[in-house]
Formats: sequence, C-alpha cells, structure tokens
Amino acid sequence: MDTEFYTVLFWKLAEGVKITLLLLVICGLLGNLLAVPLAFARISRHAWLRKPVHGFILFFRGTPVLVQLYLIYYGLGEVLSQMPTVRYSPMWPYLRSAFGYAVLALTLNTAAYCAEIWRGALQGLPRGQTEAALSLGLHPRQLNRLVLMPQAFRNALPALAGQNILLLKATSLVSTITIFEVMAAANLVRSQTFRVYESLLGAALVYVILTVVLTIGFSAIEHRIGRPYRR
Amino acid sequence: MTGFSWFSALAYGDTGWGDEFVRGALFTLSISVCSYCLGIVLGLFGATAKLSRSRPARAMATFYTTAVRAVPELLLILLIYYSSTSALRDLVVGLGLARDFQVNGFVAACLSLGVVQGAYSTEVFRGAIIAVGKEQVEAATALGLSRRQTWRLVVFPQMLHKAIPGLGNLWLVVLKESSLISVVGFSELLLTAKMAGGAENRYLFFFSAVAFAYLGLSVVSSHLFDLVERQTGRHERGHG
Repeated sequence: MDTEFYTVLFWKLAEGVKITLLLLVICGLLGNLLAVPLAFARISRHAWLRKPVHGFILFFRGTPVLVQLYLIYYGLGEVLSQMPTVRYSPMWPYLRSAFGYAVLALTLNTAAYCAEIWRGALQGLPRGQTEAALSLGLHPRQLNRLVLMPQAFRNALPALAGQNILLLKATSLVSTITIFEVMAAANLVRSQTFRVYESLLGAALVYVILTVVLTIGFSAIEHRIGRPYRR
Repeated sequence: MTGFSWFSALAYGDTGWGDEFVRGALFTLSISVCSYCLGIVLGLFGATAKLSRSRPARAMATFYTTAVRAVPELLLILLIYYSSTSALRDLVVGLGLARDFQVNGFVAACLSLGVVQGAYSTEVFRGAIIAVGKEQVEAATALGLSRRQTWRLVVFPQMLHKAIPGLGNLWLVVLKESSLISVVGFSELLLTAKMAGGAENRYLFFFSAVAFAYLGLSVVSSHLFDLVERQTGRHERGHG
C-alpha cells in the first residue's frame, strides 16, 4: 500500500469536494427556486409568458449540458470581453472567472428540468382542488400558495430528488472549464502519477458517498412531509 | 474580425466549417446509434439478470445499475475509455495478434457510452417486463409453452411495446451524452464547434449553431418515437 500516493489523492479530492459542494448548494437552491415561477409561467393563460418559457425549457432540455456550459462560458464570456465598459470595469476579474459561468449554466439547466417536473405535478392535481379553493373565496394567489403548491411539492419530490442527483453528477462537467472540483482533482492526480484507476475510482467513491447522502436527505424530507397523510 | 459572415463560416469546403460540421454530426449520430444498440443488448441481459432466480446474477445487475446511476457519466466514460483501451490492447498483444495495438477511439467511445446506456435500459426493460404481468406467463405455461417460448412469443413482444416510451427517452439521453466523448478528444459535433470557435475566435456563433443542431436532432427524434409509439399501439388499442 502506497500511503504517500493515497494521502495526496485524499487531500486533492478533499479540496475538490469543497467546490463540488459549493456548486451543488448554490445551483441547487437557485435552480429549484427559479423552477417554481417558471412552471407557473409555463402553464400561464398568457401566451406572451407561456411561449418564451416553453422555448427556454425546450432549449435547456434539448441540448447537452456540456454544450450549455461551453455556450455560456466561452460564448457569453466572449461577448462580455468585447464590451469595453465590462472589459475595463473593476468587476472584470470576477466576470472572467469560470465559477460564475458554471453557476449560471447549471442553475438554468436545473431550473428548466425542475420547472417541467413542477408543471407535471401542478397539472396532475385534480381540478376539484382549484374549484373548492375558489368557491371558498380564496384569492388566486392564495390558491397557488396554500392549496396547489404544497400538494404539487409532495407529488414532485421524488422526481426533484432525482434531478438534484443529476445536478451533482453534472457538476463534474465544470472540470472542463478549468474549475477545480472532484473530477478535476482526480484528473490532476491521474496525469501527475499515471495511476488512472486509483484516481478515477477515488473520485467515483466521492460521488457515490455524496449521492447516498443526497438520497437519504431527500427521503427524510419525503418522509417528514408525508407524515400527516399516512394512517 | 473582418469579412466574417455566417454563410461563409458554415460553407461546405475549404473556406468554411460546413463539411467539418457534417462529419461531426455524422460521428455524433453513429456513436449514439452504436452505443444505443449496445445499451439495449446490455439492458436486455441486465433486466433478465435482475428478474432471474439466481442471487449472484441479481446482485451483479443491481451493482451495475446502482454504480452507473451514482457516478457521473463523464467519470464513467473516462474510466471505461481508459480501461477498455488498455484491456483490449493487453488482450490483443497478449494473444500475439499484434505487437502493438491502438484501440480505435470510436470503438472505445461506443463501448463506454453503451455501458452507461445499458444500466438505464436495464431499468426500462425491467419495468416493462414487470408491466406485462404474471398472468400472461401463467397462461402461457398452462398452454404448455416452454420457458423459452413463453419469453419469445408472449413476454418479449408485449414488453417491447411497453418499453418504447422509455427507450425513446434513452435515445434523447444518449444523443446528448455523446457530447461527453469530446472530452477524450474525439471530434464529434461539440469538439468540432470548439475547434472552429477557437480558430475563428467566434465561440458564441459556433456553440449556438451546435446547440441548435442538437435541439433539431432531439425534436425530430422525439417526433419519430411518438410516431412509432402510435403505430405499434394501433392493434393493441383495437383489442382494448
């Protein structure tokens, strides 16, 4: 057993995990929060609201995440760098770093997929719920907040959990735009030591552990919010 | 940059990137088709293993699907890519077939994406087989069909129809996942766009073009799958 190698591998992966978790938390929170208004817009009666959101969701679900990441990092970065006001502003060092672009891409991707999950859950609710709430004199906004959203959330939760695990896996792609997360850490150790299997399997183990933690967390939430409805 | 126009940039021939993009798109499609087919074959084996009475077969299939779902595709692709190339090389050199042997990047790409697809297909087929129902198998056994006949004549055809929506989704997944192969340096659609974008210093334009190419492929193929589903569902509805 080569302890020196494994120590290096461990600390590099630990360094990567911090960034992976940071990305996961930021994009997970922003993406899931953005998904709810998007879902309501997607089923809105107004075409001017529904159609652009439909296009947005179609685009993000119909193209590979890696393409979205490149489009935002290289494409948007290129556009911003060509604008002199942005290029020479004090904000440029921040705008140049890859992390912001990665957050933007993964957030929009998660929002698009989760919005579609929310849409399915909202449209799957029985029509009687809306009718009952309106006949009780609830304002349409109260209807959404007090009646539809809590029920839709309960139905959507398993699918949302799956989508957040996909987000965890998608964070590995940001290694291609120079961000040092778990995948990049494994690649660094791999290229420095030529020990392909140990490095990659080490990273795989990290992802398995994170997936297990996420799965346990989500089923705890599912259990918790399902409690009043069990006999 | 002067003289840049969208038409000349995507022109077919020496001056534009049109021919490179067509080649890239063909590579994307052929990698996707090959790994999709490999995935279906692995999925059929995986599903039968998961539903078999043998405990080791079940355990192996469960390990396979769990591992693939918990580990990022990019990591799996790198892992399978490197291990399959070196394993195949060792095999060929070890058997004395050649002194040195480089595994074709295309084969390694299909192999790695196909193994990932196989895990997803396993779940699709498992669900479809369960959906066929026990009574069908019992009826077939009562009619005196052998186990093999039951599978070939009763379960398989019905299962296939139930699996079509899931398989349609998997095709959309593999089409998008094929872009990950660009990371190991195989010039399919995405890597072509990256090279073109770098050479022309027009990343936004080339990546947008490629994004819409993927979108077009996705939309067209999801319509095709809807069509297949309706066609195969016709006689089933008639009886229902």
